[in-house]
Amino acid sequence: MTTPILETRGLTMRFGGVLAVNGVDFRLQEAELRCLIGPNGAGKSTFFKCLTGQLKPTSGEVLFRDQNIAGALSYAIARHGMGIKTQVPSVFDGLSVRENVWLAAARVHPGRMAERKAEEAMQRVGIGHIGHRIVGQLAHGQRQLVELAMVVAPEPDLILLDEPAAGMTDDEVDRLVELIKELNKSHALVVVEHDMQFIRRVAKTVTVFHQGAILVEGDVADILRDARVRDVYLGKQAA
Amino acid sequence: MDYVIILALQICSAVASLVLISLGLAVIFGMMRVINLAHGEFLMLGGYAAITAFNKGVNLWLAMLVVAPLTVGLFGVVVERLVIRHLYGRLIDTMLATWGLSLAMIGFVTVVFGNTVSGISAPLGSLTIGAYRTGAYEVFLIFVALVLLAAGWSVLRYTRLGLIARGTMQNAGMAAALGVSPSLVYAVTFGIGAALSGLVGGLLAPLSGVVPTIGAAYIAKAFITVISGGAAILSGTAIASGLLGTINTAATFAFTPVIGEVALLIAAVILLRILPQGITGRFFRRAL
Amino acid sequence: MSRVLPMAGNLAVLLVGLGVLFGLPAYAETYLIINATIFASFAILAVSLALIWGYAGILCFGQAAFFGLGGYTYAVAAINFGDTTGAAVLAVALPAMFAALLGYFMFWGRISDVYLGVITLTVSLILYRFVNQTAGEEWNIGQAPLGGFNGIPSTPILNWPGQPGEQLAPENIFSLAVGLLILVYFGCKALLATKFGRIVVAIRENETRVELLGYDARVYKLTIFVIGGALAGLSGLMFANSVFVSPTMFSLPVSGQIIIWVIIGGLGTLIGPVIGCIMMQVLTNWLGTLNQVPGFGWVDPNLVLGVILVVFVLLVPRGLTALVSDTYGWLAQRLRSRPPTAEPDAAAQPETAP
Repeated sequence: MTTPILETRGLTMRFGGVLAVNGVDFRLQEAELRCLIGPNGAGKSTFFKCLTGQLKPTSGEVLFRDQNIAGALSYAIARHGMGIKTQVPSVFDGLSVRENVWLAAARVHPGRMAERKAEEAMQRVGIGHIGHRIVGQLAHGQRQLVELAMVVAPEPDLILLDEPAAGMTDDEVDRLVELIKELNKSHALVVVEHDMQFIRRVAKTVTVFHQGAILVEGDVADILRDARVRDVYLGKQAA
Repeated sequence: MDYVIILALQICSAVASLVLISLGLAVIFGMMRVINLAHGEFLMLGGYAAITAFNKGVNLWLAMLVVAPLTVGLFGVVVERLVIRHLYGRLIDTMLATWGLSLAMIGFVTVVFGNTVSGISAPLGSLTIGAYRTGAYEVFLIFVALVLLAAGWSVLRYTRLGLIARGTMQNAGMAAALGVSPSLVYAVTFGIGAALSGLVGGLLAPLSGVVPTIGAAYIAKAFITVISGGAAILSGTAIASGLLGTINTAATFAFTPVIGEVALLIAAVILLRILPQGITGRFFRRAL
Repeated sequence: MSRVLPMAGNLAVLLVGLGVLFGLPAYAETYLIINATIFASFAILAVSLALIWGYAGILCFGQAAFFGLGGYTYAVAAINFGDTTGAAVLAVALPAMFAALLGYFMFWGRISDVYLGVITLTVSLILYRFVNQTAGEEWNIGQAPLGGFNGIPSTPILNWPGQPGEQLAPENIFSLAVGLLILVYFGCKALLATKFGRIVVAIRENETRVELLGYDARVYKLTIFVIGGALAGLSGLMFANSVFVSPTMFSLPVSGQIIIWVIIGGLGTLIGPVIGCIMMQVLTNWLGTLNQVPGFGWVDPNLVLGVILVVFVLLVPRGLTALVSDTYGWLAQRLRSRPPTAEPDAAAQPETAP
C-alpha cells in the first residue's frame, strides 16, 4: 500500500472532562475522497480543528505527508498544503468577493498570476459574476461558495470541507457535487456532511464518527445500510 | 528580626493595597466583561466624597465607610443606566466610553474642587515594632482587604445573590433562567463594583490625599492586577496581588518606588506572555 | 464611481496639502505658523493610530508612549550629539524598536484586543510616571538633564543636515512638518494598497481565516504596529521642534486625544482622523481662550473631550466620515426616488422663511 497523505494516530482532544476526539486512527490515501458523517457532537469539527492547528490536540500524532504536524500553528499547516472550509463560513465580511479570493491566491502566486488564479477559482465555483459584491451582504450559500473558492484558489494538496452544502440552493448543490468530483481528480478531500442525499452523490468511502471515535468505516452503500449507523443517527446507544 | 517583620508588613501592605484598588474593577470585569477605564476616577470620587463629608462635620469613619461607597455606588448605577447599558457585548466601545467618562469626571471634579490636593490626616496613630515605626492605619487596611475578600467569598458561595452572580459569570442567559433579568443583575453588579471602588477611594484618601488626576496613579496597577488574575474575581485578584505586590515591594526596597512600578509592569507583561488568559485562566479555573 | 472618486479625493487632499504647505507661510504670522506646525505633527500622530487601529484593528491606548519616546529621544540625542540629524533618525528608530519589543510580547502571547488596550495604556502611564520623577542630576543622560516634571525646555531645534548651529527657522520647521504629513499620508495609502496592506486589513476582518490561508498574522500585526510606533515617534520629533518635550507627551489625555481624533474622524479612513485631529485642536485651543472669558471659567477641556468621546461612542460610533457619506447617500436616494413634480417649492421654502 502507498503511504497515505494524511494519517492520525491516537489523536485525542480533551476539553476538561470531555473527550471530544478520543484516540482516532484515520488514514487517507493520495487523491482519495472520504466523507465523514456522524450525529451532532460526534467530534467531526473538533477533529478538523486538530488537523488544521486551530486546536492543539491533547495527545496523538497527525502525519501529513509523513510529517508530524500535531500542535503546529495553523498558518504553518496551511503552508504545508492543507486548505479548509470551516463549518460556519469564515470569510472577510468587509471585503469584496474578489479581494477575498485574491488574498487566498496571493499567498502562493505572485502579482498578476494571483489575480488570474483568483479569477479562475471564482469561475470554478460559479461566483465570477459577483466578484465586486461585499461578502458580508451575501446569502449564506453564496458565502459558502466564496469560502470554497478561497480554499480552491491556492490549490492545496488536501482539502477539508466542513458541511459545504449547508444553506445552498439546489442549483448550488449540483455545482458543488460537480466541483468536488472534479477536485478529486487531482486532490485528496475529506468532506463532513449531514445531508445523506449529498453523501450518496459524492461518496465512495465513508467514516462514521460517534462520541469522538470512529464507529465504522467502509463503502458508502454498506455504511448507509449498517444498523449501528442508523441507531447512532436515531439516538440509540451503540452497542 | 524587627527588620523582617517590618519588611513582611510592607509586603502585606503592598499586596493589600493592590487587592483594594483592584477589587471594584475585578467585580465589574469578572461579572460583566466590561473594562471600566473610569475605575481610577471612581476611586477619586470616593476620596472626594469622604473628604467633603468629613469637612462638613461627618464622623471620619462614617464618611469613609458609608458616605463614600454610597455616593459612588449610586453614581455607578446612573452611569450604567445612561451609558454602559447601550454597549453590552461591545467591549472596545465600553472601554472608549468609560475612558470618555474618566476624562469628563476629571474635568468635572477639577471645575468643582479645583486642581489642588485636599487631604485628611490618617487616624489610628502609629505602631512601633522594635526600632521601626509604621502607621497603624496601614495595618488596618491589610485587615480591610482580608475582610472584603472573605466577605466577597461568602457572598458568592452562600447567598442567592452569589448564586445568581456565579450563574451570570458562566453564562449571561443563566440569570434569566433563574428568573432574574440580566439587565437588573448588570445594574446591581456595576453599582456594587462602583461602591467598592468608592469605599476604597474613601479609605485611601487619608494616605494619599486626593487630586482630580489621582485616578491615573491607581488604574495602571489595578488593570495589571485584574488582567493578570484572570477570570476568577476573588482568587485571581488575590493571587495576582500577592505576586505583583511582592515583586513591587522587593524592587522598591532595592531601588526606587518608580523602579518598583516598572518591575511590576514588566512582571505582568511577561506573565501575560506565558499565561494569556491570566493566572486563573490557566490554573484554579473553578475558583471564585 | 469606484475608481474616479478615490482618485479625485486623493487629488483634493494633495492640493489642499500643497496649498497649506506653500500658501500659509506667505500670509500667516509666526505664532500661527508654530500653531499650524503643532497641528501638522499631531495629524501625523492621528495617521499613526488611524493606520494601526482603523486598518489593522489594533486598538493601542498608548500611542502617546511612542510619541513621547520620539520627542525625548530626539531631545536627549540632539543635546548630546550637537548635530540633530542623527538624533532625528533615532527619534523614529527608538520608538519603532520599543514597539517591536512590546508588540512581540503582545502578539506572540496572542492576548485579546481588550488586554492589548490595557497593556498599552499601562505602559504609557508608567512611562509618564517614570519621566515625571526624573528631576535631578542622577537622571542626566550624557549632557542632557531629563528634567522630571519640567521636561527639557532647552530642546534643540533641527539644524540643516551636517551644519550644526544652522538652525531651521519656524517656517522651515512648518514646511517640514506639513511635507512629512503629506508624505506619511500618501505613504500609508500606498502601503495599504500593497499585498501587505491588504493582508493587514484582512486580519482586522478575520484573523483565523488569514491564518488558515497560510499567513502568519503575528508577523503582519507586529510590522504594522512597528510602523505605527515609528510614525508616532516622527510626530513626537516634530512636536519637540515646535514646542519642547515634557512628560505631558506621555500622559493619558494625550493618548485619549489621539483616540478621540480617530473615532471622531472615522475608523477605516486616513483623512477622517486628520480632519478630526485638526477640528479637535481648534476646538481645544478655542476652549482654552474661552476659559479667560468671564462666565465661562467652568469650561474644562477634559470635561468637553470626555463628553464628546462618550457621545460619539454612543451616537456616532463610525465617525464623521461615515456620517457624511451616509447622509450623502441618503440624500442622493431621496432626491432620486422623489417624483420630479412633487413638492415643487420644497427646496425654495427655507429661503422664503423669515
